[in-house]
Amino acid sequence: MSDITHDHHDHRPSGWKRWAYSTNHKDIGTMYLVLSMVAAIIGGAASILMRAELHEPGIQFITDPQFYNVLVTAHGFIMVFFVVMPALIGGFGNWFIPLMIGTPDMAFPRMNNVSFWLVAAALILLVIAGFIDGGAGTGWTVYPPLSSADYHPGMAVDFGILALHLAGASSILGAINFITTIINMRAPGMTFHRMPLFIWAMLLTAFLLLLAIPVLAGALTMLLTDRNFGTAFFAPDGGGDPVLWQHLFWFFGHPEVYIMILPAFGIISEIVSTFSKKPIFGYLGMAYAMTSIGVVGFVVWAHHMYTMGFNVETRAYFTLATMVIAVPTGIKIFSWLATMWGGSIKFDTPMLYSMGFIFLFVVGGVTGVTLANAGVDMAFHDTYFVVAHFHYVLSISALFSMYAGFYYWLGKMSGKRYPEWLGRLQFWVTFVGVNLLFFPQHFAGMAGMPRRIIDYPDAYAGWNMVSSWGAYVSAVGGILFFVVLYKTLTSNVKADANEWGVGATTLEWTVDSPAPFHTHEVTPNVAPEPAE
Amino acid sequence: MISVYFINHTTAGETSMASDTVKTHPWHVPEPSPWPILGTIAGFVMAIGGIWYMHEGPIWLLAVGFALLIFTFYGWWRQVIIESNTAGMHSEQTKVGLRYGFLFFIISELMFFFAFFWAFFHSSLPLLSKVAVPWPPAGIELIPADGVPLLNTLILLTSSVTVTIAHHALIEDKRSTATKWTFITAILGVVFLFFQAEEYIVATFKLSDGIYPSTFYLATGFHGFHVFVGTCFLFVCGFRLIKGHFTPDHHIGFESAAWYWHFVDVVWIFLYINVYIWGSLPFGHISPA
Repeated sequence: MSDITHDHHDHRPSGWKRWAYSTNHKDIGTMYLVLSMVAAIIGGAASILMRAELHEPGIQFITDPQFYNVLVTAHGFIMVFFVVMPALIGGFGNWFIPLMIGTPDMAFPRMNNVSFWLVAAALILLVIAGFIDGGAGTGWTVYPPLSSADYHPGMAVDFGILALHLAGASSILGAINFITTIINMRAPGMTFHRMPLFIWAMLLTAFLLLLAIPVLAGALTMLLTDRNFGTAFFAPDGGGDPVLWQHLFWFFGHPEVYIMILPAFGIISEIVSTFSKKPIFGYLGMAYAMTSIGVVGFVVWAHHMYTMGFNVETRAYFTLATMVIAVPTGIKIFSWLATMWGGSIKFDTPMLYSMGFIFLFVVGGVTGVTLANAGVDMAFHDTYFVVAHFHYVLSISALFSMYAGFYYWLGKMSGKRYPEWLGRLQFWVTFVGVNLLFFPQHFAGMAGMPRRIIDYPDAYAGWNMVSSWGAYVSAVGGILFFVVLYKTLTSNVKADANEWGVGATTLEWTVDSPAPFHTHEVTPNVAPEPAE
Repeated sequence: MISVYFINHTTAGETSMASDTVKTHPWHVPEPSPWPILGTIAGFVMAIGGIWYMHEGPIWLLAVGFALLIFTFYGWWRQVIIESNTAGMHSEQTKVGLRYGFLFFIISELMFFFAFFWAFFHSSLPLLSKVAVPWPPAGIELIPADGVPLLNTLILLTSSVTVTIAHHALIEDKRSTATKWTFITAILGVVFLFFQAEEYIVATFKLSDGIYPSTFYLATGFHGFHVFVGTCFLFVCGFRLIKGHFTPDHHIGFESAAWYWHFVDVVWIFLYINVYIWGSLPFGHISPA
């Protein structure tokens, strides 16, 4: 720490310090992507264990039902906080915000590094939470009284709370960094209405993080003191109310689902435009559709808790407000389709994944409108219909956007071209797998199969077996992904600076592949050329 | 007509050639630094130590983590201060970014308090809570709003004025005046904390006495903690003023401390009006929905 003022900006630090002490947005982005892959293996393994257990009625191999609950919990937490968010926000956001807005790095490069390492520390705490004292079997929603000291007396839930505190601190610092970077460091000429849609998406995501995560932090703190210091926020015998937790959690939790899907919107917008060789249709509409989704996303939280006994007026309001979100979402879907319309479309892997995203997102969106109805939701609450809905609209949609972004930018990040045929194979295996996995869950849910339970009546056996086979196929897709990654990194096929041709118009395609350690040392000027 | 995308492909090559040449951008990109990962280790140790302590373990691991955290703060911010006094590192544009960064940090802090206000209103309004508790709950002996809390309100409001006097003096390059009023503000913070501690000591209800003490102690306690942080921040700014770190047009550290101080002031106003005054009015007669 003695060398504070030496001036060699071109050299790349070497050894472990390059990563541990990094202040480089590309290295930090890469670390986020690696962490996301590691966490995806853990979270994916949890889901395969669950599907294998549910393959047939009766208990297969998980003898302790609490362990099944722990798997449900770990799967949810890991996928949300340690796979999707690190990949989409930490990974692609770090890599491509500076590249796309024409600036050398993030606003606060050291804070960027602490954001990454906090996620890594949080992942360790969360894995401990799965093993210590019987594990945290609360589900990712951590509702009291199940999460209270009465029902989870050990250290497990406390480890989970502290894991989320660290991950939350990381997210808040990251959000501050992203917002400041995007507001303050855009290249001359890049006005807000000329930013790429990916940058719009990251800016809105960061605002959602900034406003939602501290509320979760407050709620977690209350839960921690309820468990350990005798407060009564959620304890009825002290005058508290478990429903307060639900309000606070979902006031965070609903924006959180947009935190995961807005970056996906940004990535898909870039890719659809690039591979249709057309500018995005309705650029401003797209930007403000995302903005209104973000804003309205803060006033719909109680649609997650229809069954807790609201009066009918409250339910009517939340039904209406939730359905309103379908309008900007529809604007996005139709603008993507209109972008493709008449375009010269190239069906490379990123485009296949983008079209897959649009399909999955529409399926999940339609069931979302269904579930927005308080009356309907009273029947569907806590059934597999909800599981199918949110995995379509959120989980596999986010996964597809991650795969899409990965194939789209892999050349820029690694300098190597992935094998196209293998990418397409990986897409089709995954696409078939996830639909086989989640579509039957609609039917099981409509027939009444409850979520988060280790066993089920024989009547649901058929769809569950199909669903489990879908999980195995999806896992093959996941393994194929690592094969693609290995073959790309070991191949000799170099990626061009702009490997996608005239459709790729954003600034990251103006720098070499792989992107040099320091980019945009000379600020690019992106002001429009004066009118003739 | 809005033209959205910007690259003219005929000029794209030139841009990438230029990226290897000498830098022209105004941004401060620091060298690799050990502080972030050290801070993370501190947070990790504090988490483990805290859990251990809460489950009947000793407190030393938590204390070690906390000490490491303080050491990180010291080392990291020391470096930032050195950089702020090094020519060419904190350009005008970089300073704008630092201000944005601190502003958004304060906004996130406000949302943290939002959660505790939500808990307070949810628990005190029978309309919202499914658990019908009269407010204030039976057996709770309230702290009179027109006593020490009113005094503390006046202290904090006064300190908001004094910090502004210091800021104006700094802008007018009257360094000793600015130093004096900064220390006066910080001492007012100490006095506030003293009265707050005294209020906790004389209070007849303890943290585990149900929902009223829960909301009361956590909301005012976290506020008090923020006053403590702001007071430390102001003392540091006072010493930096003595050492001549600040100039009339370059004093982001001071500005941030002043903003932070106004933030704790605003949160206190909300606490005073809602928790102390409004919360002491009898609402128990309203029947739950």
